[in-house]
Amino acid sequence: MIPAAFEYHRPTNMDDVIALLTKHGDDARVMAGGHSLIPMMKLRMAEIPHLIDLQDIGGLQDITIHGQRVTLGAMVTQHELINHAALTEVAPILRETALQIADPQVRYMGTVGGNVANGDPGNDMPGLMQCLDAQINLAGPNGARSVAARDYYEAAYMTAREDDEVLVSVSFDSPKSGYAYEKQKRKIGDYATAAAAVTLTKDGGTVASASIAMTNLSDVPVWSEGAGAALIGTRCDADALKAAVEAMLGDIDPTEDNRGPVAFKRHVAGVILKRAITRAWDRA
Amino acid sequence: MNDMTPDRETRSANLKGLGCSRKRVEDARFTQGKGNYVDDIKLPGMLHGDFVRSPYAHARVVSINKDAALALPGVVAVLTAEDLAPLNLHWMPTLAGDKQMVLADGKVLFQGQEVAFVVAKDRYVAADAVELVEVEYEELPVIVDPFEALKTDVVLREDLAGQTHGAHGPRKHHNHIFTWEQGDETTTNQVLENADVVAEETMYYHRTHPCPLETCGSVASMDKVNGKLTLWGTFQAPHVVRTVASLLSGIEEHNIRVVSPDIGGGFGNKVGVYPGYVCSIVASIVTGVPVKWVEDRMENLMSTAFARDYWMTGKIAATKEGKITGLHCHVTADHGGFDACADPTKFPAGFMNICTGSYDIPVAYLAVDGVYTNKAPGGVSYRCSFRVTEAVYFIERMIEVLAIELNMDAAELRRINFIKKEQFPYQSALGWEYDSGDYHTAWDKALKAVDYEGLRREQAERVEAFKRGETRTLMGIGLSFFTEIVGAGPVKNCDILGMGMFDSCEIRIHPTGSAIARLGTISQGQGHATTFAQILASEIGLSADSITIEEGDTDTAPYGLGTYGSRSTPVAGAATAMAGRKIRAKAQMIAAYLLEVHDDDVEWDIDRFVVKGAPERFKTMKEIAYAAYNQAIPGIEPGLEAVSYYDPPNMTYPFGAYVCVMDIDVDTGVPEIRRFYALDDCGTRINPMIIEGQIHGGLTEALAVALGQEIAYDDLGNVKTGTLMDFFLPTAWEVPNYETDFTVTPSPHHPIGAKGVGESPHVGGVPCFSNAVQDAFRAFGNRHTNMPHDHWRIWQTANRLGLHD
Amino acid sequence: MTQKMHIKLTVNGEDREFLAEPRELLIYALRETLNITGPHVGCETSHCGACTITLNGKSVKSCTMFVAQANGAEITTIEGLGSPDSLHVLQEAFKEHHGLQCGFCTPGMITRASKLLEENPTPTEEEVRFGMAGNICRCTGYQNIVKSILAAANELNASKEAAQ
Repeated sequence: MIPAAFEYHRPTNMDDVIALLTKHGDDARVMAGGHSLIPMMKLRMAEIPHLIDLQDIGGLQDITIHGQRVTLGAMVTQHELINHAALTEVAPILRETALQIADPQVRYMGTVGGNVANGDPGNDMPGLMQCLDAQINLAGPNGARSVAARDYYEAAYMTAREDDEVLVSVSFDSPKSGYAYEKQKRKIGDYATAAAAVTLTKDGGTVASASIAMTNLSDVPVWSEGAGAALIGTRCDADALKAAVEAMLGDIDPTEDNRGPVAFKRHVAGVILKRAITRAWDRA
Repeated sequence: MNDMTPDRETRSANLKGLGCSRKRVEDARFTQGKGNYVDDIKLPGMLHGDFVRSPYAHARVVSINKDAALALPGVVAVLTAEDLAPLNLHWMPTLAGDKQMVLADGKVLFQGQEVAFVVAKDRYVAADAVELVEVEYEELPVIVDPFEALKTDVVLREDLAGQTHGAHGPRKHHNHIFTWEQGDETTTNQVLENADVVAEETMYYHRTHPCPLETCGSVASMDKVNGKLTLWGTFQAPHVVRTVASLLSGIEEHNIRVVSPDIGGGFGNKVGVYPGYVCSIVASIVTGVPVKWVEDRMENLMSTAFARDYWMTGKIAATKEGKITGLHCHVTADHGGFDACADPTKFPAGFMNICTGSYDIPVAYLAVDGVYTNKAPGGVSYRCSFRVTEAVYFIERMIEVLAIELNMDAAELRRINFIKKEQFPYQSALGWEYDSGDYHTAWDKALKAVDYEGLRREQAERVEAFKRGETRTLMGIGLSFFTEIVGAGPVKNCDILGMGMFDSCEIRIHPTGSAIARLGTISQGQGHATTFAQILASEIGLSADSITIEEGDTDTAPYGLGTYGSRSTPVAGAATAMAGRKIRAKAQMIAAYLLEVHDDDVEWDIDRFVVKGAPERFKTMKEIAYAAYNQAIPGIEPGLEAVSYYDPPNMTYPFGAYVCVMDIDVDTGVPEIRRFYALDDCGTRINPMIIEGQIHGGLTEALAVALGQEIAYDDLGNVKTGTLMDFFLPTAWEVPNYETDFTVTPSPHHPIGAKGVGESPHVGGVPCFSNAVQDAFRAFGNRHTNMPHDHWRIWQTANRLGLHD
Repeated sequence: MTQKMHIKLTVNGEDREFLAEPRELLIYALRETLNITGPHVGCETSHCGACTITLNGKSVKSCTMFVAQANGAEITTIEGLGSPDSLHVLQEAFKEHHGLQCGFCTPGMITRASKLLEENPTPTEEEVRFGMAGNICRCTGYQNIVKSILAAANELNASKEAAQ
């Protein structure tokens, strides 16, 4: 498995990155940890004449927490998410999710940006970002802009990001609430058969707000507004869970693969979501 | 004896011989990254080879244009079948009596088939050139189902047109390879007709792959000046490779040196001869410089050596009380595009006729039909003796199905049908002579160790709780009792390409009392350098630490048939003991001379010969070794060396009793292994530490195969499981701790009573894991579901049984 | 072919400089250019961990990194962990507890374990299994690998205590 030849660029500032992207158009791609891109290049499923390595761009490695606002630089790795005490304090769902991604070595290299940016339906972070209602912050030739994670994913590997734009960070408000990221997979290193990200808040004895997103059950991550709404005002009892699952099942569209047929995936999606909601409720 | 002489116990311990958990001598280099695997070999001027492979499972090759590839700087050659044809190397014989294309000759028969071989200055240029070779294909109808293959007009092997006889008898159809029959069909059918109870089941043992962590590869170096070819490679049978290379290339065998360096796991993957080996040789002959070929993981999974792929239909007859009266088995065997199964020549379905298992079954019949399809060739024994995993899976499933039919406990059903201790040596209905066994003792020990009755009570309670809606987890108790047949084998009926399946050991004792022994086998992780030295230490009384074991270089090692089918200990281990005894016999004469007594007046005592009745008069083996080189002894040649070529009188029959306890989430299909108990009886135990390690590893490979590992194809013959994302190799996270146990029933015919163990845990483990899954659903009407039991298939079983809302 | 780059690495404490195409995979640069053949190529898709090295303090699968990316990095491979006269505690433990068979996964396994113990000197069995889940072994079933790593952790902690 040998990739095609390419020219390697390691710029030190974002302007140079944008300039390279503008200059080479479709022929250029940015790379963070490379753990999605390099296997594709080795299989020659992606040929990239100009590879732009982001590792020397300053400011992309930061985890910043201002009050409730959390910003994760594109180059923050999953390993860092797991081991960042302050982040775990304000948003423990990041750690819970990151621990379920790939394996230890891959988590040292795999980044927030790489996981979120490209619209790979197997990735776990996109669903999580939708659950958290995160903003995806992009830099491009026309300056910076933000896109809501819930509007970012258009189809498999198709996103709202233009070819000459770079994902620089994601930001979201700390979910002061119950949370869970529940994932079924065949083994360590696998993508999800089904996964659910849930956050909810409790007021009195009932759910005040809830947000639910599903991973790898469609060609894009699925934020199920209906599923979250179904929980509001309930005590997450059996009927509420059932209603949430039903709403979620109306939003997902899984396809058959080696992880199983559609009927199985839909069933597991329901089971996983119930478990995630229950855990989030218990933690709220 | 003077005070300086250690006591017998100490002397014995100092040998580090049979039965001790000696630490491995191999580990120093492996733990320091100093192993020497084939891809570590780097020779001056070495070129790299890479294949153009077919994207189609069945297609005609209309044309191949290599111009663009040849124009790429750094490309030295592009070989196609047309280039190999003048050398008659475009096809090669398979181990199964068929032939296989080295490079596509007019058509391709499976996805990933080798079409052209690019030779370039490095692996990068070679990979680029592969992309530049233009091949025009004309797609043909794809047949991936063996039953369909036997009906269709589509001819897969046009080269065999009109051949109504193959290597193993008549062919019934143009896609049929052979029918292999064993046992007594007429009587078996009569028994089935008149039986109280007959249980019938069809089961598919899915296609999988041995997938060692190191893929296959070779480095060929043709020295044109001296006319010598050296070939390093991932060969489980280097001597056979030398013979085949000589027959194919026409180079005389003494001018070929084959070396198996360290091998990064084999498990059967490295028994066969692959087009890559042949192409690296041809390329080196053509270019005059060394050529390396190492397959990548996708190529490994797609093209070299699948395992299993057996459709098995069984009928088992019994009395009302559960005494088995007869067994009928039919197999449709999917061999892929070429019959390249790695079996002893006379056994086209390997030792599938061990399928009567551990049971006293008076009459049986087995028929196997081999079939061509558009899948990769192979059919290797993946961590088992030839087709023994299939046979043991078959019988251990049939026993479970019969237990359901009889409404009996499956452990009890096994117990009442075991071959009894006093029946050994036992003649099986399908022609084998089991050497020794004590199945009842092993079974009772195993059931007691796990508190079998208690487990069944707990399981019954769980079923009730499930029915009441208090749990969504079911509990499965997997049982298996296996008898293996290993150590192929007696030359009278076992050969590979005409080479009898003996093995060999050559020993040289050095003057200072250390030694080197060379064998015809080759370790792939089994620790031969450690254990064979232990066998020898106990035979010749020199410490294992003073004995070097060397294998794998055909220029120095005696001819042997290699390591697979758990044959190293039964055959080469026996040769080692026998050669050691020759050393000792000569040493006895030298000792008697030195002690000035008659040969018969000295006797062996651990590490020395002592004068009978005068234990203070002795000569140690060290002293004798020195004398062999420095004294002129009348009537005795100088030196102390011996060779033994051992032709085993029989196979050995290791056995074992396994129990697995599993909890299954009915809603997600996720199984969790709560407990796994493995009792193995491999006869005399050479190194308990290594035995345990082999059992842990074999069980883990069994877990993988039972719970998810498969080579799956779609209807167009595309491989769906081409990387380790989809081909299931469990990590430390998915694997439990195992409890190991043993009994010892030595082989009566093996010089030290050892039977072999490396493959037992895989053979016994697969049905045990599978039975655990199936047993969990028995209370709800499950009879049989096919492996692999991955999440969705387990879920599907639960769904079929109505266990979801 | 693209132009070769000037690559500088510090490998096992030694500065190494060479020319390489940017697309060369770090594992091949180590193995073929620098003759550091301890790390192996197993799966090529970052699942098996046979190629594991430590790069700038991270456990990294060197089959999934271009040599260009690694330019300037500090690398430790199995060859840098111990010497024949003074083996690393993990090397000793793997020998002692039969933590290897064919040896092919072993360099990656030990290199990864060394980082794991650095980050978590007192792991539980579960933490070892989770922390080693990026390394596949086909021979041992992991039981003795886990045992070896836990033993090495104990050994390291005992010698640390003794030193205090």
